[in-house]
Order: sequence, then structure tokens, then C-alpha cells
Amino acid sequence: MTPLQGCLLVSALLFAIGLAGAVTRRNAILALVGIELMLNAANLNFIAFWRYGPNPEALSGMMVVIFSIAIAAAEAAVGLALIIAIYRHYRTVNLDEIKNLKG
Amino acid sequence: MTWIAQNLWLIPVLPLAAAGVIAVNKQRQRKLAATLAIGSMAMAFLLSLCAFSATLLHRGDNGVFREVAGFNWLQFGGQWLHLDWVLDPLTAIMLVMVSFVSLLIFIFSVGYMAHDENFMRFFCFLSLFAAAMLGVVIANSLLLFFVCWELVGLTSYLLIGFWYHKPSAAAAAKKAFITTRIGDLGLLLGMVWLYAETGTLNFYANGSGCLEQSALAAMVTHMTAAGMAVSTAIGLLIFLGAVGKSGQLPLHVWLPDAMEGPTPVSALIHAATMVAAGVFLVARVYPLMSVHIEGAAAATTALTVVTWIGALTAIFAASIAVAQTDIKRILAYSTVSQLGYMMLGLGVGGVSVGMFHLITHAFFKALLFLGSGSVIHGCYEEQDIRKMGGLKKFMPVTFATYAIGMLALSGFPLFFSGFWSKDEILHAAHGWPVSHIPFYLGCAGALLTAFYMTRQVALVFFGSYRSSRREEAHSSPHAAHIKSEPPHVGSYEGNAVPRESPAVMTIPLIVLAVFAILLGFIGTPAWPWFDGFLNGEPAQFNFAKLTEGGTLSLMLASAVIVFTGLGLGWWLYGKRQRKTAEEPDVLQVAQPTLFRLLENKYFVDEFYETTVIRFNAWAAHGSDFLDRWIWGGAVLLVTWVTLGLSWLYRFTDDFVVNLGFDAGCETLREGGGEMSRWQNGRVQTYLRVIGVALVVLVLILMWGRKS
Repeated sequence: MTPLQGCLLVSALLFAIGLAGAVTRRNAILALVGIELMLNAANLNFIAFWRYGPNPEALSGMMVVIFSIAIAAAEAAVGLALIIAIYRHYRTVNLDEIKNLKG
Repeated sequence: MTWIAQNLWLIPVLPLAAAGVIAVNKQRQRKLAATLAIGSMAMAFLLSLCAFSATLLHRGDNGVFREVAGFNWLQFGGQWLHLDWVLDPLTAIMLVMVSFVSLLIFIFSVGYMAHDENFMRFFCFLSLFAAAMLGVVIANSLLLFFVCWELVGLTSYLLIGFWYHKPSAAAAAKKAFITTRIGDLGLLLGMVWLYAETGTLNFYANGSGCLEQSALAAMVTHMTAAGMAVSTAIGLLIFLGAVGKSGQLPLHVWLPDAMEGPTPVSALIHAATMVAAGVFLVARVYPLMSVHIEGAAAATTALTVVTWIGALTAIFAASIAVAQTDIKRILAYSTVSQLGYMMLGLGVGGVSVGMFHLITHAFFKALLFLGSGSVIHGCYEEQDIRKMGGLKKFMPVTFATYAIGMLALSGFPLFFSGFWSKDEILHAAHGWPVSHIPFYLGCAGALLTAFYMTRQVALVFFGSYRSSRREEAHSSPHAAHIKSEPPHVGSYEGNAVPRESPAVMTIPLIVLAVFAILLGFIGTPAWPWFDGFLNGEPAQFNFAKLTEGGTLSLMLASAVIVFTGLGLGWWLYGKRQRKTAEEPDVLQVAQPTLFRLLENKYFVDEFYETTVIRFNAWAAHGSDFLDRWIWGGAVLLVTWVTLGLSWLYRFTDDFVVNLGFDAGCETLREGGGEMSRWQNGRVQTYLRVIGVALVVLVLILMWGRKS
């Protein structure tokens, strides 16, 4: 097993765990934690492909991941703000009870 | 301009207002209705007297006194239609006559109609009639004349059919209306033609009226296609209206049937005033009738026609009257005959001759009709003279006045108005240059008139009372009471003896009787005041005129004729009284065929029935057939085609267009429903789908790598 394969395996595992969390958790905050996990799995992939890629001297992989982390932070802020707004409106963060997105 | 000429319109408007007020009041207010009607009529009479005295005062200033006033009615194109009224001697004398006779008949009606439940309606119609008739008299415009003329016809219709629950009355009303309408069509055509020729319908308008010199001169020289002067053609058309209204020969059939109306109506409308309107019309348009080219024969075509129609009607109707048995029907035929005399007088002698007879006739015929009304009222609604008899001792006042009326109508010499007026007509007819036949016809008519009136009076007032009711009443006092109680005789308690009428009915009779005698003296040959009054010349009192120019011999001849008629009638009917009501008439025994012919009025009604009416019925049937099958069929065909087409449209719409559209909609709706199940609003479900889709995608990619 090469280091790249090990990294990809870890990131796939991380993604699967995140997806499962996001799908199964009733609490919106925990679903958001799952989404963050999936994002981090993607970041790990970027780092792994850069580090074991043909040109590890250029810092392009690092750059993308830092941007991605910044965006993830902003997105988490927006997500949490949404959850607060939803909580204020519905007095709950249980995703099963929030069904108003249907037409 | 005198104030009365200015305000002449008040005379017809007063009764009109009375009619209006009566019409809107409750049915029970009899007193109010009678007071209003009689009061307005009395006012109209007073105003008429004012008008009459005005014409008397201004007489002989310069020719005929004539004053015109009026108003603009409506504008059409650039012209105004003037409705004018005129005050001249002709109008004045007619006004006095109409309003006076109307007044007396109104008073009489209060008694005659006392028990009728439609008392209010009767007085409403009567007032309306008086208004229309006075309107006819004062009219200076042929249009106003025509309007009032038609109103008069309408009220005549309403009053003949007053007892409309009787089928015969309803039929008579319809007959009168339709028959006079035939004549009115002629009048209307004449009116339109006159307007086309002269551009005005006003009779007199300071030289521009249609009866004045300039218009007449234009019309007499203008020829129609048939070689007749326009004035003659128009005159004949207008005369057609007079023929219809005055019951002259071809159109006389409605007048005897009109006796179905209440007797005061017969007296007022169908004896004294309305039927005289036709004569008045001819007198009014006399200048048009008599205008002729300088140098031509004095008797114009129009006047010749008037004369012949009048003479034939006079003898024709008089002969029918001989064989009638209904007291009012005899008088009706007598009226037709006398109207014929008036036309004859107009034709041969001019306005004053015809009008004089009109005025005297109005009084004595109204008297006779009211007298017959009194007789009918007294005999419990019996109208058959065979069932009367001996009324002289039961109804003395009625008998005395009736006898005066009868003698006046017969033309009893010297003391009765009918003698003078009829004699004047015969005298004029004798001097007519065209033919002497009208004169002989007139003489024969006079003979018959005296004869049938004697017959009637002998049967009604002399002999013994022959009513079957009397025997019934005597044999069983209750039978008559139960069997035949007349509709409005309250005091008929098994006592069938005729009784005298109340004073409200006899007083008008007495007044009329006085006038029936006195009026003759205003137009005797010795003092032709009436003639002078109409022509605007002072009358000379001159006894010598009586003996001049064969007047005396003619008077003697007519006296002989009258005495012959009276004697013959008395000999046949007075001396030898019939014993029972069923006994055949003396004439019937002697001349059965002739009597049957006369009794059935020369079968004129039957003749019309088989010709005009049958033709009309055929035409109606033909039109009905055309309407029902040809035009109706065409319409039906179009309907069917339209129906079929619309059915086709509906089919296509329902089963082609709508069905396809519906199917598309349904599919879309179902698809939408199916899809909407996916959008359940749960975020995690969406995420789950994404996850599964990712797995599937990855599997596909891996599958693709392998192969």
C-alpha cells in the first residue's frame, strides 16, 4: 500500500462517516458537523494528491486547502446562523420536524 | 281678435279634463263623475254660447266672420306644424248644437245608467267623446281634425262595446271600428295628398290656407293621370272618410249594429253628433269640393258624387226601416237615411242647406233616441216594437215628446223643424241642373220616412200592451219575477206594467222637443236666417219668398207626400192594431218577398259576408298558409341547419379538442403528484438521495473502468 492509497482510504472513511452523520442525525447541529467532516475529507484528498503528485514543490495544493478551510469557516457560520434562525422560528432544531422546504 | 276665438281650445279641453279626472277616480264615486261630466259640459256650452254670440256680433263686417288662432305643435325639417282652431259661423253653430245636445244627453244618462255598475266608465267615455267631437268642430287644421276624428271613432268603439260581455255588442263595436277605418284610410290619403299639393293642412290662414283661393286655384288646374282635377280627387278621398263616419251607402252597415250600445250613446254619438261629423267634414271642405274652373259646369264631380250617394242612401235606408222591428234599429236606419239627406243637401244646395238639416236633425233625432231609451227603460229592456203597444197611457210625457220628434222627422208641415230643413233640401234638389232623379229619390224617401215613423209610433204607443211578460205576471205573480229579472230594474216586483221614466230623463226630452219645433223657424224660405248666418249676409224678412219660384208648390207637394205617408202608416198599422206579438206584419202578408228583402236589409251584410269578408278570409288563410308553411318552413330549415352545425361543433369540441387537452392535463397533474412525493421537505432525505446517487455513480464509473 502506497502512502497515497492510505491517505485516500482515510479520507474515504472520513467522508463516509461524515455522510452517515449528516444523513442519520436528527439534530441539525450534528448534521452540520457531518457536513464539516465531509468537507475535511475533501481537503485531505487535495493535500494527498498534491503531496504525492508530480509537483509537490509548488504550494498549489496547500493554497486550495487554505482557501477551502476559509470558505468552510464562512459556510459554517452561515449554517449556524441558519440553524439559529430556524430555531427561533420553529423552537426546534429537529430536522424531521422542519418540512417546510417542500412546495 | 276676440278673446273667445283665442280661448276656443277651452271648449274641448274642459270635457277632456273631466274625462281624465273621472278616469283616475274610484269606481264608486258616481255623484262626482256625473257632476264633473255635466259641469264641464255646461261650461263648454256656456263658452259655445259666447262663441256663438261673438259670431253674431261681428256678422257682416266684411263677408264671413272668421278668426283663427293656434299654436306651433312640432317641427319637421324646416317647417312647423301648426295646430289651429277657427271660429266661424259653421263652427259656432256646431259648437252650440253639440254641447247643448251633449249636455241634455248627459243629464238623461244619469237617470238611464243609474243602476249600471260601470257608471263612472260610462261618463268618462262620454266626456272623452264630447271633447273629441268639440275638437273636430273647432279644428282649423285637417291634422287636428283627423286626430279628433279618430278619437271620436275610438270613443264610439268603446261606447258601442260598453256592455262588452254581450257578444253582439263586442262584435258591433269591432264592426263599427273596422268599417269606419276603411273610410278613414281615404281621409288619410286625401290629407297626405292635400299636404303634398298645398304644403299646408290649415284650412284658413290669411290667404295661405288650403281652402283659400290661391291653393284652390292651383289644385283645380293641376290634373291627375286619370284626367281628374287634383281638387276633385282629394275631395273624393276626403268624402270617403265622411262616407265611413256618416254611414253612407257602401259603408252604412256598422251604424244599425252600433245600437248595441246604451241608448244615450246611440242618441249622442250615432244620431246627433258623431255621425254628423262626416256631413260636417264635407261642409268644412266645401270650398275644395265645389271649386271649378271658370266657365265649367257649376256642379263639380265631387259634389255630384256626394249628391248621388246621399240620395241613394236616403231612399235605401228609409226602405229598410219600414220592415224592422227593433225600436232602435228603425231609428238607426232613419238616421242613415237622414244623413243621406244631409249629403244630398250639401251636394245640391251648399253648406247651409245640409247644415240646417244637420242641426234640426240632431235635435229631433236625439229626442227620438232618448224617447226610445225612455220607452225601453219603461218596458223593462224590451226593444221589440211588436211586444209594446198602448204605451200612450202609461208614459204620457214620453209619448208627447216622442210624437213631436216623430212629426219633426216625418216633416209635418209648418210647425216642425224637420219640415223646413227637409223642404229646403228637396227644393235645392229640384233646382239641381244635372239630374232630377235625386229629387224623386228624396221625395220617395220622405214618403217612406213618414210611413215608417207612423208605423213605429202606432205599434209602440197605440193599441194594447202586448208583452208576454204581462200575461205571465198576471197568471203567476212569481213566475216573471223569477224568470226574467232585467239586469238593473230594481222595482220589478212581478208588476209588468210599463211606467213613466223619472224627471231626470223626461226633462231633457221636453227641452229637446221644444227645440225640435222652434228650430225650424230660423231657416224658413221667408226668413233664411240660417243661410245668411253661415254666409255672412244679413237675413231679409220677406214673405213674398214663400210664393216665389215654385217654393209654395214644392211645399204643397212635400206636404202631400208627408200626409200620404202618415195616412198610409196609420191606415195599415194604427187603425187595425195587431192583437199579439207573433202576428205577421201587414206588409209581410201583402208582399212576403219584398218584406223579406227589406227585413234582411237587402242582404247587404250577407253580400259583404260572401264577397269582401270571404275574400278577406281567403287572403288571411293564404297569408296564414304562407306564414305557417313557406316562411315558417324556411325559418325552420335554417333553424335545423344551425342546430345540426352547432351539434357538430359541440361534438368536436367535447370529444376532440377537450378530450385531448384533458388527457394532457391529467397526465401532467398525475406526473406532478408523483414528483411532489419526492419533495417532502426533509433535508436529510434529499441528502440521502444524493448519497445513494453518489454511490451509484461511483459504481458505474468503476464498472466502466473494468470493462
